[in-house]
Amino acid sequence: MSALSDELRKKIESYLSRYPSKQAVTLPALHLVHDEQRCVSREAIKEIADLLDLAPAEVYDSMSFYEFFREEDAPLGKVRLWVCRSLACSLRGGEELLRHLCQKLAVKPGGTTADGKISVEFAECLGACEGAPAVMVDDEHKHNMNTEKLDELVNELKK
Amino acid sequence: MPDFEPVLLRRIEKKASPWLDAYRADGGYRALEKVLSSMTPAQVVDEVKNSGLRGRGGAGFPTGVKWTFLPKDHPGPIYLCVNADESEPCTFNNRILMEEDPHQVLEGILLASYATKASTAYIYLRYEYGKSFRHLQKAIDELYSANLLGQNILGKGFNLDVYLHRGAGAYICGEETGLIESLEGKRGWPRIKPPFPAVEGAFRKPTVVNNIETLACVTHVIDRGADWLKSIGIAPDAKNPRDAGSYGPKLYCISGHVNKPCCVELPLGISVRELVDKHGGGVWKGHKAKGCIPGGISMGIMTEKEFDTPLDFNGPGKVGCLGLGTAAVTIFDDQTSIVDVLYNICRFFAHESCGQCTPCREGTGWMYKMMDRMRRGQGRLEDLQILDEVAKSIGIMPGTTICGLADGAGWPVKNAITKFRGELEDWIRKGKKSEHRSRVARMT
Repeated sequence: MSALSDELRKKIESYLSRYPSKQAVTLPALHLVHDEQRCVSREAIKEIADLLDLAPAEVYDSMSFYEFFREEDAPLGKVRLWVCRSLACSLRGGEELLRHLCQKLAVKPGGTTADGKISVEFAECLGACEGAPAVMVDDEHKHNMNTEKLDELVNELKK
Repeated sequence: MPDFEPVLLRRIEKKASPWLDAYRADGGYRALEKVLSSMTPAQVVDEVKNSGLRGRGGAGFPTGVKWTFLPKDHPGPIYLCVNADESEPCTFNNRILMEEDPHQVLEGILLASYATKASTAYIYLRYEYGKSFRHLQKAIDELYSANLLGQNILGKGFNLDVYLHRGAGAYICGEETGLIESLEGKRGWPRIKPPFPAVEGAFRKPTVVNNIETLACVTHVIDRGADWLKSIGIAPDAKNPRDAGSYGPKLYCISGHVNKPCCVELPLGISVRELVDKHGGGVWKGHKAKGCIPGGISMGIMTEKEFDTPLDFNGPGKVGCLGLGTAAVTIFDDQTSIVDVLYNICRFFAHESCGQCTPCREGTGWMYKMMDRMRRGQGRLEDLQILDEVAKSIGIMPGTTICGLADGAGWPVKNAITKFRGELEDWIRKGKKSEHRSRVARMT
């Protein structure tokens, strides 16, 4: 059985006309697969490589450069919750938020809760400094957080 | 003196709709109609050149001059890469433009593409800007429906496609050749220059890389004319024949220990003190400021005594900082330990060094380890000497790396050792008995 559904293949192929090289579809393809499967498996890497006329090693080389993409041994939970630890957020309590979250969920940064619902990450500046400390749910910013608001958010996400 | 009337944030401050009909009702795409019906590409380049507009992304290179570096009469294709990676910590002005007024940016992209004869524009957008992604995509879709993108735009024979390309969380992809490599599907390793992108850029074709705020400025330079931009900001220093001046409005970001962190549009050349007191609501909790980073963390550190420095392209350099950078000012108060600030900055660069050049990969790691040790109270006085040596020997300026990431990693370290040596030595000698007790909680 193939790792990529026909629908996913079609979505990847729809990006080919945007670029003069097939290799340029690497990042869009990785995003599409990662969004849907919460990781990019070795088999998926091979199939992306086939679609883009690349060696699997080329796809893996690019993918591993961006720590963003998860491999199959550490897939993401249902949502990915990022806590910003850059200077602007740290000065206003970002580090304390991250520690609070890790303690509350009993995970380390990069880890996923036992129920598979939330993966916790630190971020190197979300670009939301006017709302520091900030967190991000998948790719949506939440500004002016504190531990109470973070607890509420976690309760929402756990539902 | 009356407050400056915002231009780039004009519609945003009025909470105007970000979508096409409202944007056009406010005079949007007037500049595009003007160039398509009455200006040649060369005239658009000249207008931007004459305005003195300098790139807002960090380096401050004159935008129109950059465009002239493209080869003449190239058969094409020529590409425009829009740098929307905005990865410099503490910087968020591009995000506000893309989220709240995407058409202002897209009009700039259309104008720049017409001027440079680019037929495809790629917007390289950092992944963390989900709302920007959705708003830009919706705005692009509106433009295709209105024949303002695609083939034969407004019936004037001009063709342009614009594509959004999402990054994946790497600081280095804000460096223009790292961005191009990443766009091509490779790891975001900066290229050795020359060749510069204007000669050989994306897909080995001539390429212009421009920042989001720069392109928003282009919209108004064409709409209001070069003289409008030149009527704002700071004229060139008469004593410095190489100074191109600091013309136009600038989006300043204010964050950290202020009462009202915000993004504000002001003429280039405002001082940090005025930014903090007048626009940032003052230092929080009634504290005094100890210092700031003046333009993203890679520009170094300013002390409170230096807060009257004008934030134009020359100002920060006069007090030993690297430059204006992204004009993102982050204030830290007098309760903050400089050790913590430096630790945070060094941790960032060690994490974000792309690993291509050994001096940067190893040097940023060493600086981080030394700051970590110092923070835990196990620093040694000779560490300051070692830190200074490492900071001075990594980067383009000492000639040991391909890109400027390492210069930016070393600058805050060099500045801190020069400007806060007493505090650093006191902390190393006395540890937690030092009056400069470490405040930010340590991550374990």
